[in-house]
Order: sequence, then C-alpha cells, then structure tokens
Amino acid sequence: MKQTKDDDRLFQHYLTSVRKEKKRVIIWQVLILISFILIWEVASRLYWVDPLLFSSPTTIYQVIAEKLQDGSLLKHMQITLLETVAGFLIGTIAGIFLAVSLWFSKRLSNILDPYLVILNAMPKVALGPIIIVALGPGYVSIIAMGAIISVIITTLVVYAAFNEVDPNYAKVLKSFGATKRQVFQHAVFPATMPTMISTLKVNVGLSWVGVIVGEFLVSKQGLGYLIIYGFQVFDFSLVMMSLVLIALFAAVMYKLVERIENWLIK
Amino acid sequence: MSFLTLEKVTHYYFSKQRVTKALKDISVSIHEGEFIALLGPSGCGKSTILSIMAGIISPTEGKVKLQQKAIHAPSSEIGYMLQQDYLFPWKSILENILLGPKINQTLSKEMKEKGLSLLQEVGLEHVGSAYPDALSGGMRQRAALVRTLINDPKILLFDEPFSALDYQTKLKLEELVSGLLKTYHKTTVLVTHDIGEAIAMSDRIFVMDSNPGTISKVFEVPIELRNEQPLLARRHPKYQLLFDKVWEELDTKETVSSLGGGI
Ligand SMILES: Nc1ncnc2c1ncn2[C@@H]1O[C@H](COP(=O)(O)OP(=O)(O)OP(=O)(O)O)[C@@H](O)[C@H]1O
Ligand SMILES: [Mg+2]
Repeated sequence: MKQTKDDDRLFQHYLTSVRKEKKRVIIWQVLILISFILIWEVASRLYWVDPLLFSSPTTIYQVIAEKLQDGSLLKHMQITLLETVAGFLIGTIAGIFLAVSLWFSKRLSNILDPYLVILNAMPKVALGPIIIVALGPGYVSIIAMGAIISVIITTLVVYAAFNEVDPNYAKVLKSFGATKRQVFQHAVFPATMPTMISTLKVNVGLSWVGVIVGEFLVSKQGLGYLIIYGFQVFDFSLVMMSLVLIALFAAVMYKLVERIENWLIK
Repeated sequence: MSFLTLEKVTHYYFSKQRVTKALKDISVSIHEGEFIALLGPSGCGKSTILSIMAGIISPTEGKVKLQQKAIHAPSSEIGYMLQQDYLFPWKSILENILLGPKINQTLSKEMKEKGLSLLQEVGLEHVGSAYPDALSGGMRQRAALVRTLINDPKILLFDEPFSALDYQTKLKLEELVSGLLKTYHKTTVLVTHDIGEAIAMSDRIFVMDSNPGTISKVFEVPIELRNEQPLLARRHPKYQLLFDKVWEELDTKETVSSLGGGI
C-alpha cells in the first residue's frame, strides 16, 4: 500500500493524541502524590492526626537525612535489599528446578503431590521460629524465609504450565526422534516462558513479605528491624520512614523484573 | 515387494474411565512410490494409524514393518505431518524447518542451504526469518511441509494437511504437493475427509469403518486419473464415476455410525 500525504498526517495526528493522553495521566499521578504529601503534612501540623503516631513528611525527611549522615541507614537498606534479592532468586530458581524435576519424572510428581499440597496450604511465615532455630538468628534464616515463601507456589504454577503445553508440539518433535530432554528444551520450556516470567513478578512481592517478617523475628538489622525497633521505642517517624523506603525499593524491583520481561519476550 | 506393511494391527486406548477400541486387525501393504489415501468417518482411527506408522505410538497388537524391518520408534526415515501445522511460534520459519536436523544433530551448512532451496521451491523464500504468526494458513502449511521433507524421509504421512484451508489455497497446495512427491518419488499416506482430494491425488483409496476402526474397502484409482495433475484429474470423466462409488460406500457408514453413536 502506498503511503500518501494524507495517511501521514492522520498518523501524526494519532501520535500527538497518544502523547497528549500520556502527559495528562502523568500530570494527574504527580498531582495525587503532591496532594497526598501536602495533606499529610498539614494534617500533622494542625493536629488533625496525632503527629507522634503518624509523623509527617518533613520529619521523615529529616530522619532520613540524619540517618544517612551517620551511615546507619545505608547499612540497614543494603542488608534488607541483599536478603530480598537473594531470597527471590533462590526461591524462584529452586521452584523452577523442582517443577522441571517433576516434569521429567511423572512418578516423582505423583509421590510428592500430597506433600506439595500441604506445604502450599501452610502459611510459610509460621515456620519462621523453626527456621531461626535451625539456621541461627542471622541473615541466612532471613534469606531462607524470603525463599521458602515463594518456592512451593512457583513449583506448582510452573509445573501446571508445563503440563498445559499442547502435546502435539511434543508429537512433532518425537516424530523426529527427539528425547525427553529435547522435547523440554524445544517445546515445553519456551512455551511456558511467559508463565515463568509472571511468577517472577509475584515472587518479588512474596520475598519482601518473607524478608520483612524474618527481620521482625530476628531483630538485629534491616528495614524490618527498624520498623519493630521504632514501634518498641515509640518512634513512629522511624516506622514510617522504613515503610516509605520499602515501598520505593519494592516498586523499583518490580519495574526491573518488568524490564527483564520485556527484554525476554520482546 | 511391499514397502510399508501393517500386520494385524490392533490398538486400544486405555484411560481410567474406559477402553477405546481404536483399531482392529488392520493389515495393509503399501508399495514403494505409492500414494495411499485414507478416508473414513470422524473418529474411525485415521490419526491413530498414522501415529502407529510413524512409530510414535506402538500398537497394542500387531507389527509395523518398513522394508521388512520392524518399526519400534520414530526415525528420520518417516516424515509425519500433523492435523495442524504446529509450527513453533517461538522459532523463526528457518529454525522451524531445520528442527529435524537439529534434533538428529545433523544440522550443517549444507542442510541450511537445502532448507532455503526447499523454501524457494514452495514459494516461501522471503519468510525464512519471519515468525509463524506473520504467515497465512496456506504459507504455514507449506512451511510445515518443508519441515517434514527436509530429513528426506522415505515415507510421508499426512494427516488432513489441507482441511483448514480455503478451497482455492487447498487446490493449489494439492498441485504443489503432488508435484513435489512425483519429483522425489515418495511413498505417501494421506488422511483426508475429502473424497475429491483422495481421488485426485492418490493411487489407492482405503475406506475405513469405525467402532472399531477397520479397513472396509479398497478402491483402485484408474490409471488415467493417476497420471493427471490433481486439478485436471478433477475434470476427468472417470473422476465422477469413482466419486459416486466412494460416496456410496461412505454414505452407508455415516448413517450406521451416527446411529451407533446414539446407543
Ligand atoms: N489419546 C487418546 N486417548 C483415548 N482415546 C483416544 C485417544 N486418541 C484417540 N482416541 C479415540 O480413538 C478413536 C480414534 O481416534 P483418531 O484420532 O485416530 O480418529 P480420526 O479418524 O483421526 O478422527 P478425526 O477424523 O476426527 O481426526 C476415537 O474414538 C478417539 O476418541
Ligand atoms: Mg484425526
């Protein structure tokens, strides 16, 4: 088809309208954020809410500045981030690895089925105290909490996806004499790529839960520890600050995974 | 001498709920270079026969032999094209058609060139790097055909390869396939629902009966029709004659099997 001048004009018109809409959305998003911060600040200063309990944006800012200066905050942030990333990676990789083993051995899958169901139904954070007793009150336990919370659900979701792959792809490969490993490599694995990526996104959120609860329990360092500590000494600015930072980091991690998704799926 | 032989092949499908008798005592012998069409009502076991010939499923009873050697597992001597194209959406067309050599670890530069020249032969020389989603149904089917041909199988098994296509595309593909098979002198088994296609393309037509699947009648296609290209064969006076006979044979089946379905 030939592109006429008129087509080009319509296309440009369409592009501008898309851009305008995007701008409008961003303006609204920024507006909501600013008014939220402003209302919080005003409410706190005018004692509509108790500033001791709900703090205020300026106080939080001051606390952050102060804690950054003495270097203590950086250490807490580093530790929590490391634990979360490690928990996320271990949980996801172990989950996928387990799913692959189940796929390769139907019998293993049948044998493990009831155990997986029970482990999945079990609220994993309830295992926290036992994990700490077993692995010691340190970062190893916390990483284990971040991992254990996502590993079983990853296994179940990914294994189910493996089984849903159209068996005719396997049939095509078998007609060429493919081995089970080749069927997995050429059909099952690529076909379930989207599912695996979407479990990554879910696991980011889950690992944060595991790690923060772990830090609550171990109570040595990290943002989760700061929350508990602030709560105990009635310093709610510290609690609020930790929450704001956690929200920020979790969002950044989620966006990173989304980037990876776009890059992998194209 | 027989090229591909089935001896008293019987096949049951077992599941927790029931046993399905898919095939019973099927014995056929197919000669080298012969083109067989397999016609029959839906569910009579046509796809099952092909899967058994391909070595993908082993029959409950009976033997399958290719050149007097028993078939136990799939091999590159047999090319099997499924009921749909099943091109892998995450692989480019070139990667798709080179799948066989890749699996058999015979992928080489010559193989790649062969793939490209086969693509050219079916009129797909420009889409090697495209992905299957970007192709029309007819193009995808041709790509799947190349994927089957690239291993240079001795025998080709087609499971309704043209059934999802519009009529004109289908006629054109029939021409193409029939031409290719004549050039390379391949033995072929084609499953189809279309009596016309069976007559226009094949040398012999096996009509099947269902519940359990058996071969109830074999029609020889007259030599005049065999030597014509499919499009011209469809216009030949003898075509209509055979069409009516096959139709009659199938017609009795459809009524019987549809009655049987109610019981
Ligand atoms: N994997 C399976 N498990 C159980 N039963 C099966 C299986 N595959 C096929 N069958 C049954 O075996 C019979 C023959 O199936 P088959 O697919 O060979 O028929 P077909 O002639 O190819 O049918 P169609 O024309 O619809 O493709 C049918 O009754 C079908 O329900
Ligand atoms: Mg079928």
